[in-house]
This record gives sequence, C-alpha cells and structure tokens, in this order.
Amino acid sequence: MAKIGVFTCHCGENIGGTVDCAQVAERSRALPGVVHSVDYKYMCSDPGQTLIKDAIRDQGLTGVVVAACSPRMHEPTFRSAVAEAGLNPYLCEMANLREHCSWVHPKGEATTDKAADLVRVMVEKVRHNTPLQPIRVPVTKRALVLGGGIAGIQAALDIANTGHKVVLVERSPSIGGHMSQLSETFPTLDCSQCILTPRMVEAARHPNITLMTYAELEKLEGFIGNFKATIRRKARQLDEKLCTGCGLCTTKCPQKNIKDEFNEGLGTRPAIYVPFPQAVPNKPVIDKANCTFYKTGKCKVCEKLCPTKAIRFDQEDELVTLDIGAIVLATGFKVMRTDQFPEFGYGEYADVLDGLQFERLASASGPTLGAIRRPSDGQEPETVVFVACSGSRDRAKGVPYCSKVCCMYTAKHAMLYKHKVHHGKAYVFYMDIRSGGKDYDEFVRRAIEEDDVKYIRGRVSRIYREDGKLVVKGADTLQGGAPVEIRADLVVLATAVQSQDGAEALAQKLHVSYDPYKFFAEAHPKLKPVETNTAGIFLAGACQAPRDIPETVAQASGAAAKVAALFSRDELTREPVVAVVNRLPAPEYSWCVGCFLCQSACPYQAIGAEEIRGRDGVLQKTVAQVNPGLCQGCGTCVATCRTKAIDIQGFSNEQVFAELMTL
Amino acid sequence: MDTFEPKITAFVCNWCTYAGADLTGTSRIKYQSNVRVLRLPCTGRIDFMLLAKAFAQGADGVIVSGCHPNDCHYTSGNYHARRRWMVYRGLMDFLGIDVRRVTFSWVSAAEGARWAELVDEVTSRVRELGPYTEYQELALTGVE
Amino acid sequence: MRIGYYPGCSLLGSSREFGESVEAVAEALGLELDQVPDWNCCGASSAHVLDHHLALALPARILAQAEAAGLTEILAPCAACYNRLASAREALGGDPALAAEIAGISGAPFNGGVRVLNILEFLTRFQTEIQARVTAPFRHKVACYYGCLLVRPPKVVQFDRPENPASMDRLAQAAGAEPLAWNFKTECCGAAFSVTRTDLVARLSGLIVADAVRSGAEAILVACPMCHSNLDMRRPESNAGMGTDHQIPVLFITQALGLAMGIDPVRLGLQRHMVPAVLAGV
Repeated sequence: MAKIGVFTCHCGENIGGTVDCAQVAERSRALPGVVHSVDYKYMCSDPGQTLIKDAIRDQGLTGVVVAACSPRMHEPTFRSAVAEAGLNPYLCEMANLREHCSWVHPKGEATTDKAADLVRVMVEKVRHNTPLQPIRVPVTKRALVLGGGIAGIQAALDIANTGHKVVLVERSPSIGGHMSQLSETFPTLDCSQCILTPRMVEAARHPNITLMTYAELEKLEGFIGNFKATIRRKARQLDEKLCTGCGLCTTKCPQKNIKDEFNEGLGTRPAIYVPFPQAVPNKPVIDKANCTFYKTGKCKVCEKLCPTKAIRFDQEDELVTLDIGAIVLATGFKVMRTDQFPEFGYGEYADVLDGLQFERLASASGPTLGAIRRPSDGQEPETVVFVACSGSRDRAKGVPYCSKVCCMYTAKHAMLYKHKVHHGKAYVFYMDIRSGGKDYDEFVRRAIEEDDVKYIRGRVSRIYREDGKLVVKGADTLQGGAPVEIRADLVVLATAVQSQDGAEALAQKLHVSYDPYKFFAEAHPKLKPVETNTAGIFLAGACQAPRDIPETVAQASGAAAKVAALFSRDELTREPVVAVVNRLPAPEYSWCVGCFLCQSACPYQAIGAEEIRGRDGVLQKTVAQVNPGLCQGCGTCVATCRTKAIDIQGFSNEQVFAELMTL
Repeated sequence: MDTFEPKITAFVCNWCTYAGADLTGTSRIKYQSNVRVLRLPCTGRIDFMLLAKAFAQGADGVIVSGCHPNDCHYTSGNYHARRRWMVYRGLMDFLGIDVRRVTFSWVSAAEGARWAELVDEVTSRVRELGPYTEYQELALTGVE
Repeated sequence: MRIGYYPGCSLLGSSREFGESVEAVAEALGLELDQVPDWNCCGASSAHVLDHHLALALPARILAQAEAAGLTEILAPCAACYNRLASAREALGGDPALAAEIAGISGAPFNGGVRVLNILEFLTRFQTEIQARVTAPFRHKVACYYGCLLVRPPKVVQFDRPENPASMDRLAQAAGAEPLAWNFKTECCGAAFSVTRTDLVARLSGLIVADAVRSGAEAILVACPMCHSNLDMRRPESNAGMGTDHQIPVLFITQALGLAMGIDPVRLGLQRHMVPAVLAGV
C-alpha cells in the first residue's frame, strides 16, 4: 500500500510567484497513493526538512516527492534527509517546478497546470520505486602507476606517502623519462637532472614503492578496486641482486657504436649499457638486437669480466600478476620526427635538429659535455636558427593543436646557446608567443632583451644546404612579409609534441578512450581532468595532452589524491542506479536469452556472462550479468534488450512507463 | 480549434538536455508551457516504444533530446539512440504515424537558449499540425 | 590502349617539343592518345586571377566534353592545364550547387566521371614498360625540377610528396640516368612573370640553374612548359642578371625517356631548345 507524501516548495517567490503552490498541494492530495500533501516556503531549509522527516515518521510514508527546484540541485539534500528519517533514500524523488516551470513560464493557470502534471508524473514514478542499497565493492589498496617519468614518479610518491603500496612500471631500463634528458628547465633554468634525481632515488628507496623497470603491462583484467594486472618484466640478462652497478661491463663491450636513445641519436652506447649515469636503477641491460653474442654466438666478454658474476645470458622475460585497486596512466609523450619535415631537411642534414636533440647538446652529461657543436663537423655554430611551431598548428602535418611547451623551450634554447656562445647570433622564427604560466612571459622577454635573441614573426618555408651552411628562407610578417634569408650553422626545430608510441594499444588494453591524436581522454575536459571514463583509471601528465612540468606535477598529485580517496575506505560505495538482468525461478531462470546485444552496447564492458546451473550442476542457460561495480547506469542495454530482461534500477521500465501513462 | 493547445512529451537525458533545460530556467528564458519533460539517464535508455506509448496517451508531439555526438556522458548512448531513431523513423513512416510530430535533437548542458528555441519551435509546429487524433484511429485498424 | 588527351595551347605552340615527345613516347609504348573533342583553352594563369566563374567554367567545359566522348581519364601534360583541370574537378565535385551554376555558364554539365592525370603520374604507370624498352640508357647526372604545379596543392593533386617529390627522379632512373639530390626541386622559377617582370624570372630561374650546376648535374629535367620556358628560353637573361654563363641544357622528361628508348632526337623536338641540348651520346 503506497503512502506517499508530497511536499511542494514555494522557494520564496521563485516558484510561489508564478505557480499556485497551495493549488498544487491540494491537487496532489487527491492523487492515488498520496496520503500527505503540504506546501512550504523553503523545503531545503532546516524546518522544511524537518517537516518531511516528521511526516515520514508520523505517517509511515513509503515514498516522498519534493516538488521544488531541479533534482540536479537538491536531490542529495532531500535524499539524506529522508534517510535520516529511516526511509530508503531512493524512495525520494523531486519534481522540477522551478527551472522547468516557474522560471520559464508566466504566472497563470497553464503554469499551475503544468506544475501539477509534473508532480503527478513523479508521484507515479515513486509508486513504483523500490528501495535500493548502495553497491559495495571491496578495494585492493595497491596502486599501479604506468610510466616512470616525472608524472609517474610524483604520483607514485604521493600515493606511497599516504601509506598505500604502489607498483611503478617503466618500459625503459631507467625511470626519469624525458625530464631526465633535459638540460635546464624553464622558467628558472634549474638543472633538470638536479631536481629530478632526488625524486628518482626517493621513488626507488621508498618502502611503499616497488619499482619495475624494463617492464610493460601485458594484460589488465577486472574493475575498479579489483584489477588484475599482468606485468612483463623483460629480461635484462642480469641477476639484479648480484649486480653492484660498477659499470665494468659497459666499458669492455666490443659493440660501441650503437646510436644512443637517451642522446636522441647524437651519441653512441655499447650493447650492454646503462642509459645515463644517473639512471635508477643503476644496472645495465643487454640490447639483444645489437649484442655480438646474440647475433653470432661469440663474445660474452661482459660475463667473463663481471666481478660478481651477475650476467645471465639465458634469462627469460618474467610475467608477474598483481592485484591492483587503481591505476595511474603516466606514459608521457614523444616528439615528431624525421620524415615529417622534408622541406627542412630534417633527417637528411646532420645540423638540423629537434628540440630534444638540442637539449642533449646543451646538457652537461650529453655527447658534447654541454658544448654546443654542429653534429656534422664538431665546430661551434656562429649562427643558430630556431624554428618554432614545426609541425604544430598545422593541419597538413596532421597536428592542428598547439604543443604548448615549445615557445618556452625555444626561448630557453636560444638563451642557453647565447650563454655558451657569447658572440653567437640566435634567431627565432615564430607565429605567436605562448607563455602564459607564472614567470613565463618575463622569461621570454629576458631572452629578447638580455640575451639579444632576435625574434622574427614569420614562418620558414625552406631550409637547404649550400657551401656547408644551412640557408633558412622565411618571412618577416611584421615587416610587411619581407622575405628573410639567414645562413645558419645549426637549425633547431621545435617539433610537435605527440602521443607516446604504443599509446593506442595501451588504451585499448585498459579500455580507456583516446582522442584522434591518441592522447588519453579525460572524463570531463573542465571538471574531471585526472579521471578517465573507466572507473579506477586516472591520468597524469603529457599522455593526456602536451603540458609542461609544473602542470604535470600538479596533475600527478591530483591523480594521487583521487587514488588516495579511493583507498581511504575498505569498500567502495556506488550509486545503485545500475542495470540488473532479471532472474526467475526454474525452469525459465531469466527472460534473458543470452544474445549479449547488451554486452556490445555497453560502453563500460560492464556486462559479462553468467552460467545458470540446475541443482544437479548441469548447465541450464548462459545469461548476461551486469557487474554493478562497473555499470554507470546509462540504460543503453535496457533499450537494446529484445526480451526486456535487463532493466535499470531507478529508471526501470515500470517507472518510466508509469510516468508516461499519467500524462 | 483556435484554443487547441498541443500536448508535448519530451524524453531527455539527465546530463545534457535536462541540465540545459535547467540552464534555461536559471537564465529565466521564457518558452511555451505545453511540454512535459521525462528525465532519463541517457538517450540510449530510450526504447522507442516509449514514443509510441506517448502518442497512445494522447501526446500531439514528442521531443527526444540528448547530448551532442561525441559528448555523451556515457560515451556512446546517444549514438545508439541516433541509430535507433534512423530505423524507427522509417518504421513510423511505414505504419502511418506522422513523422513530423517527432523531433530528435541534441541540446547540451550549456545550451539554455537552444532548449527554449526548440520547445517553442516544436510547440508551434505541432499546434499548426493540429491535434493528433489519427493515432487513436491507427490503433484500431487491422482489428476488423 | 587508349587514353584521353588534352594538349592545351602550349603543347601546340611555344612548347611544341613537349607535345612531340609525349606523342613519340606514347607511340613507343603502344598507347593511343584520344584528343578531347572541341577542346578549349583551360584558362591558365589569366582566368583564375580575373574571374572565379570563368576560371571554373573553362576547364569544366573541357571535362564535360571528355565525359560526353566517353573518356574516363585524360592526360594533360602541361602542368598548368593539369592543375586547372584537377582543381576545377575538385571544386565542382564537392559543391553540387556550384557545379550546377558553372554548368549553366559553360553550357555543358560535368558529372565527375573523368579523372585527370599529370604527365608524371601517367608515365609512372608505365615505368616498367618504359624501362623494358630502354636501348640507349640516358647515362647522365640529372637534376629533376618539379616546379610548383605538379605536386601541389596536395589535396587536389594527391600524387607524390609535395615537399620532396621523387616520381620524376624514379622515371629518370628507369631511363638509366642518375638523379641528384639538389636543393631547388620545388623552388619558384618566376612563372608567368616571364613577360611582365623578366628581371624577377631572371633571378629566380638563375638561382635554380646555379644550384643544378653546383650539384653536378649535366642536364635539368622538367615536366612543365612554363618551367622549361623560364629555365631555357630565359637563360640569356638569367646569365646576364647573375653574371654567369651556364649552358646546362633543359630537357622534358619525355625527351629524356624518348632518347633512352632510342627515338630520334629530331622527332623529340630537341632542336627547338634555346639552350642547345648538347650532351654526350645525344
């Protein structure tokens, strides 16, 4: 027997000014199932809420309709009030008499009629509401951070410092990411490695962080709070427990001239190598593709010389499966490369470099120990041209977006060059200068005013080599488009920031959405920048979009906070507006026929299969089953189901049709 | 006939159109009061039999409105709705239901003015088309 | 095998040798060139700077004539004619209202049923056949000059790479030549300023010739009458303007291919050049 209470709010003059609230309350009293109907000035106020709670207790109400503002405003308010009075909160609904009625229609009979109709609709719905319990899902309090650059390191440290366990997985042999390749960082010109390495060491030493380098995610199963991650620890060909990091093997390896990834191809390394001196962990790895032993079966010099006998040529990859509660994606970015710039001769002329390569030249630990030298002949360049926006903001190159960091790092590069080569001439060809961060614009002005970097507003159309010089042809649009030709010794292209190699495949493994440029998609561009649409997977850093270090660190901490919130309880509580597949007694068991159309319609992979067995254990039927932990309650499956076997709690077919039938 | 006021039923998604309609209210933009809004989590939830029921209940016009393609809160619900609509439209036409009486649109949470515009446009159009009595007659044909 | 053929004005006039060499190579490959019936001027440079409708109507009529004659593809060796035809085809294809308007002006509706090929695209299709017929390999170092209209705009042409094209280089290689990497492959020669600002053409074309010489080329290969005209006919002006005396000959790609296939130089029109086509073995 339904005993519904209707509470009509005046909201001061907001509703009362155009809708005759007393009339609405009067008419509602006559509706089937309604035993109590009042109107009041301010329902959301304390006395207003008390009215509701008292009525529930005194009259034993089985359902409540608050006719007031939008449920998007106060549904949580009234649901808590109702819960306090001992009634299941999901038996309380709101009729929107303000945003959808009083505020948009003139005072009059038609408006009051509409208000009454809206209340009647919600009363009918509530008559069919069932009490719902929030869904509880257990939480494994271990986080997985994918990516060991500054974003991953920061997120790992923050989560670890809240007392929870973290596994930090990095696919290259050392953590550090691109930040470890930088020479100095803007706007302070802090030495990048000096500020990064302490964090790297802290991450390695932290009791709550397990570091897995030279490892990648192989497979992910499960859902928020209950993931199962399989990590492939690639074989370093080393017993890490025995290796002391002495580095003797790297000095004796006969293969010395392999192009070095850390130095972006400007330097060389041996086949057994540590990527850079400050690597964490400071243990080598054998590059099987270039190792003499793996190619010809001869050598093993490193094994013979190792003082602790740590080299293991027969080591295989290892697969490790972990229980994980939350994941932070921090896989970073790459820069646009060679084959995109034939007009600049990039890849063809040794003296045309990209931004990361210039960082390595300028870096004290780089191939030239910090001296700016032309890769072609080792000479110091007298004239350097920096080309901003190489590839970015260019639809023809497939990158319509702005890469955000280049204006700043180009100014930085020009300044570093001038600091090292005082008499050198530096030119920057730019379209706009985007320096919006704290102290950023001042930094660019410093390059122009103190370091005498010449900024030319125009694009470069062509670079070609003539008599050992690079002829840069551009235009100066602030001088009426006058053509400019500079004979440079070195050219640095600020190439576009792009999503990391393998980002798409990883996103598909995790069921995380991504944009057309393969940057991972946030749940809401404004209000949910660190969450993805997949519950339990968070984002940090440039894997989401080009960004600089301060923002990356901030976002990483934000993601860590979300993870900490998730781990702050042993159980995860979720709104029970989820889909449920119906179950019936034998022999039907369910209206579901097992067509699984719902499964393909579900954007969250929340629908799995359930085998229904009889008492004798014989399989009767395989039907769909919704994972309440993953289901977000959109209802697409409900509309797809041909037999109406699946329904949404809170917006069930019964409820919606009841609302409709009363109109 | 000149006092005929059409009855318009609207099925809207919670995240975009419902919120957009809220914004219309907050902005105090006025529109005709014939519409009755039914809130659903997503347009993907809309079983098109609901539309048929709406007409059976005497609606003269129906609006279905959700998030713009690409913006669905649940990622793809609006795509499902759109595809269903394409098929359903053909079916409605085949059955003899006046397709002009159903409007399928996208209104985002930021488009308060658009919601008002949409309601006014549909209400005026349906008012011109007149009361939808043919639907009641449709239900009877075939039962001789 | 037949293919539609649009010679345009220059192949019958100032670049007669281009037309002659195209026909000779086609004949050697056993291809029949079917001229578009009652063809008109494509509008070249003048129409599109004067009037947008005229610029579309002239090539639209040509395409309509070709379509009406049952041709599915037409070869337009002159790069400008090619670019006008391809651009018109693209503009009309994407805009039915515009297409109807233009059909009203040209008096001939075009339904998108004809594709336009430039000479490089056409020859690339027969690269293997050409290579098979080489009897006197063109053993010279060549600088292939593409100019501006053969590979740009990328959306219209959709052939080869706009910034560093390689199709002509590959064809030259098939003929036994050694194509060189040089800097001015797609740099501007001055184009139609040949008449109004000959001084500009002298400088721009002079720079191209100078770079070709510097790279060690024995000949410059082109596939466009304008390119040829500026690099060849305007040589005296460019030599005078730059204070040089470069005598490097400029050949059409079809002439180089023709020579490699053993066709008589006079048939290929080599005697019509301003800068004598003096090369070892020619």
